[in-house]
Amino acid sequence: MTISEFLERVQNAEPLNAFISVDETDIREQAKEQRKGMLGGMYVAIKDNISVLNQPLSCASHILENFVSPYDATAVKKLKYAGAIIAGKTNMDEFAMGSSSEYSHYGPVKNAINPEYVAGGSSGGSAVAVAAGIVDAALGSDTGGSVRQPASYNGILGMKPTYGRVSRYGLVAFASSLDQIGIMSKTVTDSARILEIIAGEDARDATTVPEPVPPFSQNLESQAGDWKIGLPEEYFTEGLSTSVRQAVDTQVATLKDAGATIVPISLPHTEFAIAIYYIITSAEASSNLARYDGVRYGFRHESDDLLEMYNRTRAGGFGTEVKRRIMLGTYVLSSGYYDAYYDKAQRVRRLLQSDFSNAFQSVDAIITPTTPTTAFKRGEKMDDPLAMYLNDIYTVSVNLAGLPAMSLPVGTDEDGLPIGLQIIAPAFKEETIFKIGTLIERLKS
Amino acid sequence: MKYEVVIGLEVHAQLSTNSKIFCTCANRYGEAPNTLTCPVCLGMPGTLPVLNEQAIHFAIKTGLALECSIRRYSRTARKNYFYPDLPKGYQISQYEDPICYNGKLLIETDGKPREIGITRIHIEEDAGKSIHGMGSGTGVDFNRCGVPLIEIVSEPDMRSPAEARAYLAKLKQILKYLNVSDCNMEEGSLRCDANVSLRPMGATTLGTKTEVKNMNSFRAVEKALEYEVARQTTVLDEGGRIEAVTLFWNDATEEAVLMRSKEEAHDYRYFPEPDLVPISVPEAMVETIRGQLPELPAARAERFLKAYGLNEETVRILIAEVEWARYFEDVVKTGVKAKSAATWVTGEVLRVLKEREAGLDDFPVSASRLGELIRYIEAGKISNQAAKKVFETMLTSDQAVAELIEAAGLSQVSDTDFLETIIREVLAAHPEELARYREGKKQLMGFFVGQVMKKSKGRANPKIVNQLLQSALESD
Repeated sequence: MTISEFLERVQNAEPLNAFISVDETDIREQAKEQRKGMLGGMYVAIKDNISVLNQPLSCASHILENFVSPYDATAVKKLKYAGAIIAGKTNMDEFAMGSSSEYSHYGPVKNAINPEYVAGGSSGGSAVAVAAGIVDAALGSDTGGSVRQPASYNGILGMKPTYGRVSRYGLVAFASSLDQIGIMSKTVTDSARILEIIAGEDARDATTVPEPVPPFSQNLESQAGDWKIGLPEEYFTEGLSTSVRQAVDTQVATLKDAGATIVPISLPHTEFAIAIYYIITSAEASSNLARYDGVRYGFRHESDDLLEMYNRTRAGGFGTEVKRRIMLGTYVLSSGYYDAYYDKAQRVRRLLQSDFSNAFQSVDAIITPTTPTTAFKRGEKMDDPLAMYLNDIYTVSVNLAGLPAMSLPVGTDEDGLPIGLQIIAPAFKEETIFKIGTLIERLKS
Repeated sequence: MKYEVVIGLEVHAQLSTNSKIFCTCANRYGEAPNTLTCPVCLGMPGTLPVLNEQAIHFAIKTGLALECSIRRYSRTARKNYFYPDLPKGYQISQYEDPICYNGKLLIETDGKPREIGITRIHIEEDAGKSIHGMGSGTGVDFNRCGVPLIEIVSEPDMRSPAEARAYLAKLKQILKYLNVSDCNMEEGSLRCDANVSLRPMGATTLGTKTEVKNMNSFRAVEKALEYEVARQTTVLDEGGRIEAVTLFWNDATEEAVLMRSKEEAHDYRYFPEPDLVPISVPEAMVETIRGQLPELPAARAERFLKAYGLNEETVRILIAEVEWARYFEDVVKTGVKAKSAATWVTGEVLRVLKEREAGLDDFPVSASRLGELIRYIEAGKISNQAAKKVFETMLTSDQAVAELIEAAGLSQVSDTDFLETIIREVLAAHPEELARYREGKKQLMGFFVGQVMKKSKGRANPKIVNQLLQSALESD
């Protein structure tokens, strides 16, 4: 794609509100050079909670208004080395907290298939930028489904790698023990190529793992008969819409017909996932967001009194959902409540992790729906946080267990809205996901 | 009523690592504000900490010197509070499972040994520094932000302000021997907070404690604790109750003022730091560090007593500061007698250091030059008195020692012909004393020696003068 084509697409898609900033001068500069490397000339958009040197970094929040990042995130640096063109910063839920990309200081992102509907979130802008064909691929971040769910709502692929696989250096922290940079793309091959580039141990992120990065994109082929796939009974119960269930069932049947072994499995602690997810992520967020205090950068409400400056800056700088989570997180970490909430949640988290390791004793991968329903109408759940939270019911466990997972499109519902299927693999077995994903792509065509 | 004083200290020491604890910025004091910073220590969005291994080594080294157990796996934790000098809104510290625990330190008070328990040693990062009175507002210097600290927490084992001071002094001495911290209280590289409570003599439960902060010298520690003990005594004697408050010592007014009441105490909402993995300390690493521990003050004192035949008081002075002990041994290595080296170091050298209020770092007379000077004395080429004068000139000149002696005209006269002439003159000038000497008043020997020394302007070799005088007085 030429620069003018790209810029035209950006302009045409403006009503979708997928981007927060597109630096035309910078993109022309980047395109001037001969873009060599594995991703040479590929346009990749970056979620606005990932640092790009000398570009705005707002996290869709008023509190980081006018903040320009003084450094490149490790993943962005690697993309640049591989020849990708960094195509702009995408819109999102403020600080990645949300499932619809409506909680943004820059206004809501609209669904690429039907703009009446939500884009999903929190990486809604990245999903829409890819689905609308503005860019070839995009980086998002996934703390509880923020890459997979919007990918599902827009009919593209969303890959969340194993925790520790991709450096978090430069990803603005929401919940440090779950956050992971993810990839949004139209094909499995693109996803595999980008992960190959951005993965690997990083001296700047102590939680990255010294695990070798296989050449994913060179090893995509497999036979359905190679795989034993588990279907967790807890993911196919009430709350799951008929259309989503049918689409997933159909895909599973196709795999079975092709020779895959399908077995029912159980992940018995699934029912606690949402509760412990909101305790742990809110606790970590309340601490991670303390640095936005008006002292060094971003928005400041001037006052002669320090406490008042803090209060007014944070009251005016953060949106409702972010404030809700900070308060929740502050509460669960308070002395006297820590054991009952945070500590207990961490203990249940370990039970949830062992659910998965037990399951992976007998299966190579797990297939579930990505979300209980297809995209909902914009505005519908804005004032019902609990309903909003339930959107993540099939995705949060993966983050709590630190596993890799991908959502890929498997048809549409009666309104033409895309449906996503989720493949979950053991830690550092992204290769399995890419292979089964390729198989599904092949069986579809 | 008679009360027992109970004091525990929390000592923070900045570690003299090359770089900061979570980033690669240099760890240096005294640079222009905000020149030693980076996105990580400034808490820029998206940055992450990476633990400096040297800081872990220094903490373990300290732990071993204080006879602590070293934890195989320890965790970092976030301590959450808002302050402009704390860029992330939390300090990375340790809460549960500190890296070192359960140690002890032997001190001496009134000549009696006392064992003070060490509860724990943990690592953490320092905060920046607020600079008040900058035009319209307050500025923050983040150079100090991320400097590694160890916090050494004692058991409430000290029973007087003097004991607390002795503990702090001993701790400082050990940290200096380990070369893990500069321990400069004025520059803030060694800081001390105290927990103080009183209880009736003989009671076994602890009274309500108060915390005293901002004591920036040994003297301040003792003064502040004396103040607080007196205050609590008065409150209790008047039937009052002690409130669990935090007090701020004002060194100028010599008063402790209320800093935080119990109600204002922070809830730091500690939780395990998710950005760092547990600190793993393999047994082999502990043993390697143990093997590299330097000789500590107690062992050095024993060796000095045995190897050099010095008296206890001299040894105590020599080992007080690690650099004094090192300097002394360097002088001995030049081949002079240990006793003369000790006399010079504890005498002239320390006198000058005290006058200058300086350390040995930039002391102008190197150990080898002092050794050379002492060798001239031992060879009888210069008197002790004259050597002191030469020593003075060495403080400002790096000319060769021999030249300085020559230039000052202080080389000792051992020429017997010359000395016999002086002796004859002295005896001729004091016939009365000579007569009394010969009548048996042998004590007058000293008088004659003095006269000869005086006439030779101090340059006569006293040993030879003695011999010559002896024969001159006995003859005739």
